[in-house]
Amino acid sequence: MSLVYSGVLSHAPGITGRAHLVENTEKRDEFYTALENQKSEIMDSGAEAIIVIAAEHFANFFMNNMPAYCIGIGDSYEGPIEDPKWLGIEKTKIPGAPDLAKRLTKNIMQTVDVAYSEEWKFDHGIMVPLNFLTPKYDLPIIPVNINCQGPPLTPLHRAWAFGEALRRACDEVPEKIALVGTGGISHWPATPDSGKINEPWDREFLGHLMRNDKDALLGYSDEDTYNDAGQGGFEIRTFITAAAAAQGQGDLQFYTAEIPIFAVGCTVARFSIE
Amino acid sequence: MSLYNLQKFLYELNRNESIQENYSENIDSLIAKYSLTDEEINALKEGDIGLLYVLGVNGQILMHYAALLGIEWFDYLEMMREGIRVHGPVRDGVYAMTGGGESFTNEEKER
Repeated sequence: MSLVYSGVLSHAPGITGRAHLVENTEKRDEFYTALENQKSEIMDSGAEAIIVIAAEHFANFFMNNMPAYCIGIGDSYEGPIEDPKWLGIEKTKIPGAPDLAKRLTKNIMQTVDVAYSEEWKFDHGIMVPLNFLTPKYDLPIIPVNINCQGPPLTPLHRAWAFGEALRRACDEVPEKIALVGTGGISHWPATPDSGKINEPWDREFLGHLMRNDKDALLGYSDEDTYNDAGQGGFEIRTFITAAAAAQGQGDLQFYTAEIPIFAVGCTVARFSIE
Repeated sequence: MSLYNLQKFLYELNRNESIQENYSENIDSLIAKYSLTDEEINALKEGDIGLLYVLGVNGQILMHYAALLGIEWFDYLEMMREGIRVHGPVRDGVYAMTGGGESFTNEEKER
C-alpha cells in the first residue's frame, strides 16, 4: 500500500523513568495526552507495522563496527537493556516484521547502503516511544538506527536521502506502514547539564521541520549544532529522515521546554504524506 | 585506545545480563580481558562515576552503567560534577560539561 503515517516524538528516558519526580505535572500530563493522541492517529491510519527511526545509544553497535544506518529484520526483539526500575518500563519481547523488513531493505539499498541486523536490543530510544504508541507491544516493529552518537556521523543530506529511500520502499509494498522519528532537539543528556534546553534554537528548527524546508534543515553543521544544541542535537537526523519520508508539511502538536527534568524539549508532531 | 577499551567493557556489561550476574565479585576476571590503565581499573572497581565521566566515557554508556549500579538520577548528576571538581575537565569525547556545574531543574535544586 504505502506510507500511511509519518511523525516525530521525543524519547528521553526521563519521560518514563522520572515521571514521578516532575513538579509541573500539568504540563507533563499534556505531553502524555499528546502522545496518546499520536497513538490514536497511528491506529486510525490502519498501520500494520511501525518503523521506528531511532538514535542508537550503544545498546547494539559500538565503534568496532558502527553503521551509519541499520534496519532490523529480526523475528522479535527484546528491551529495554536498561534497568527496568530506572526506566520505568518492564523488560519484554517486541514482535518484528522480518519479511516486510527484508523487502524494504532490498528496496532501500537501491540508493542507500543500509546495514541490517536480525538481533537488536532496544534501549530507551525505542522503548519510550513504544511505551506510549504500542503499550501492549502487539504491532510489529521495524527498528531503524541512525548513528548520532559516535562521530564521524552521517551527513544531514544523507539522512534526507535515507528518508526518501524509506518512503520509496514503503510505497512499493502492499502493507500499510507508519513511521516515526524519535530523538531530541537541543539537549545535553547524560551530562551534568541534563535539563539544559535551548528553546529558541528548538523553535527555529521545528519551524524549518514543520515547513519541511529541506534547504534550511540541511543547512545545520555539526559544529554549530554541538555549540548551540549540545551533543544531543545530533539526533535531529531522525527528525529530518521522518520529514524527508513524508515530503509534506508538519503539524506541531506539542512542544514544551517546561519539563527540563525530562532533559529535552518534549515534542510530538506529524507530517502530511505528500 | 585505552578509552576505547574502557568503553567497550562497559558497553558489553550494560547489554549482557550474563556479565551483569555477580559483576562485583567477578570484576577482576572480567576486566582482565581488556587493556586498561591503572586509573581506569581503579575507577571501575570503585564504581567511580565522576572519574569515568572525566576520562571521557560516552555519556549514554555511563548513564546506563550508573542505572545498573542503582544510582539515583540526581546523585548521578552530582557524581559527574564532583568528578570535574576533583579531576578537572572531561578529557575526551563529546559529553563535556558546558553549564558551569549548575543544575537545570527545579526538582534537583529543591532537593
